[in-house]
Amino acid sequence: MSGSSAMASEAGPLTSAADPATMPSATGLSNEARTVEVDSHTINFGPQHPAAHGVLRLILEMKGEMVERADPHIGLLHRGTEKLIEYKTYLQAMPYMDRLDYVSPMCMEHSWVLAVERLLHIENDVPERARVIRTMFAELTRILNHLLNVTTYALDCGAITPALWGFEQREHLLEFYEAAGGSHYHVNYFRPGGVSRDLPAGLTDRIAGWCDQFPKFLDDLEGLLTNNRIFKQRTVDIGIMTAEMAMEWGFSGPCLRASGVPWDLRKSQPYEIYDQLDFGIPVGRQGDCYDRYLVRMMEMRQSLSMVKQCLGRLKPGPIKILDNKIVPPKRGEMKRSMESLIHHFKLYTEGFHVPEGATYTVTEAPKGEFGMYLVADGTNKPYRCKVRAPGFAHLQAMEVLSKGHMLADAVAIIGSLDIVFGEIDR
Amino acid sequence: MVENAILAELGEAVQAALPGSRTAIERGAELVVTLLREGLVEAMRRLRDEFHFEQLMDLCGTDWPNRPLRFEVVYNLLSLTQNRRIRVVVATDAATPVPSIASVWPCATWYEREAWDMYGVVFEGQTDLRRLLTDYGFEGHPLRKDFPLTGHVEVRYDEERKQVVYEPVKLQQDWRNFDFLSPWEGMTTLPGDEKVHLNRIEGGKA
Repeated sequence: MSGSSAMASEAGPLTSAADPATMPSATGLSNEARTVEVDSHTINFGPQHPAAHGVLRLILEMKGEMVERADPHIGLLHRGTEKLIEYKTYLQAMPYMDRLDYVSPMCMEHSWVLAVERLLHIENDVPERARVIRTMFAELTRILNHLLNVTTYALDCGAITPALWGFEQREHLLEFYEAAGGSHYHVNYFRPGGVSRDLPAGLTDRIAGWCDQFPKFLDDLEGLLTNNRIFKQRTVDIGIMTAEMAMEWGFSGPCLRASGVPWDLRKSQPYEIYDQLDFGIPVGRQGDCYDRYLVRMMEMRQSLSMVKQCLGRLKPGPIKILDNKIVPPKRGEMKRSMESLIHHFKLYTEGFHVPEGATYTVTEAPKGEFGMYLVADGTNKPYRCKVRAPGFAHLQAMEVLSKGHMLADAVAIIGSLDIVFGEIDR
Repeated sequence: MVENAILAELGEAVQAALPGSRTAIERGAELVVTLLREGLVEAMRRLRDEFHFEQLMDLCGTDWPNRPLRFEVVYNLLSLTQNRRIRVVVATDAATPVPSIASVWPCATWYEREAWDMYGVVFEGQTDLRRLLTDYGFEGHPLRKDFPLTGHVEVRYDEERKQVVYEPVKLQQDWRNFDFLSPWEGMTTLPGDEKVHLNRIEGGKA
């Protein structure tokens, strides 16, 4: 591509008045001496661009085909989630969580319910079966997320097949979502104190059956990409993040691990039943786009093993705590017991009150550390809820990551960071 | 509990090292340090270098309209090497800037832009204090408690003028916000319910 000149004319043709050669000289110098060559230009990447992964508007200052400066403009999907939650009861705020990172809904719910449980002081009362179900679905969600990321990332780099294959597997996982929570994406399944309902009969067998065929799919996917010459040319040594830089820029999750930092909240600050599960943490070495891809691929295998372990641990039992001040009573009880009816009514009008306090609760979401800074003032609504989205910090580093790379590499970098605007813009 | 003792020890060390700081342990699990605006950058640098809190995970504002210093800026730091977290709280009002810590952690820039956008907290020394999440040309700071949930303007496409126009919000039905804090409905602990409430709190602590 003849680069700068073609791009510059796209940005707006020079009019004859703006042409320096035709302008009268103000300083008295000859026209030749004032003529400057303009080979840097600005291009607008997005907000409607298939490789922008949503509504990213990226202002790229280019020097020829090299990126000089990348300035992401975000907020095009800002829906005011944090403000809305301040006006909702704790139960009503749940569905907003699904809509944050809409690629991994249950992991978003997870941080929320853990934060509320902490403030309610019921985190130790959650029944075992509920914990296992939550952990299992968190790991299924991780696979769900990584499948979308890896395959669309490959799509950005020119490979179409992985996306077609990956979406079939995602469809299976979303069917499990639907069986458990009644909806494909926005399931609203977790609850403070457990999960909303028990797994339907036969679901565990279906999940187990899916687990058996998934390694074959992962092998196929890796066969398409891992040693693929074109994919490696597009990703190896692109967008390198050293461990020190990754820490400075607030990286977490696979992006931090790809830079060689063995840090995983499931290991270091275990929640739910992660301390009882046997799993490894894949760590990269170079911190480039290729390592971020490799880490995600290996994480899927670890998650798969965790799903299997959870299936083995599923024992019959209650799926939420027994305190009807926090979780609704059974429908059958409501038909007979006046008290249950009152509980149900109070819970779905007023909701429960949460004692005063604040917490910063984190989970290892598929994209990284998903934090919930929740301030309760003793009423039935949160006083302040700040969502710490991993993608927010990752996208901010776009500037340092893409500096000096080609325009096409910027696309690979965005893909490797796993950007979803639901959580970044909130 | 061992965990508590370690946190308390760390809290004391931080309090001794940073002038004007107060530490507290929230719900026996989370260490909170209240710092002054003056010398914040230096204090943060010491937290990073001496106490090994290498990462700034989160920075956000909080609005308390009844307090003389209305806003709180909350920093959540993480130590990867010590596996510890600490929350730093700095109070300010709308007129007084808070020192920017972008020189300590470059990732603070976007978080500070967001806090400015949402609350109108000014960060001194922040060179890039543009709005981040709201619309181009937006007015006001939406997460302040006195900012209405519905906002002030709505946007629509005007077919006659062939352009997007902003108009004052017109609601078909007024926004209804039910007050559950009336003495009849919204008491945190209902009469006769004290025991359940106490048990829950004590049970959580034990």
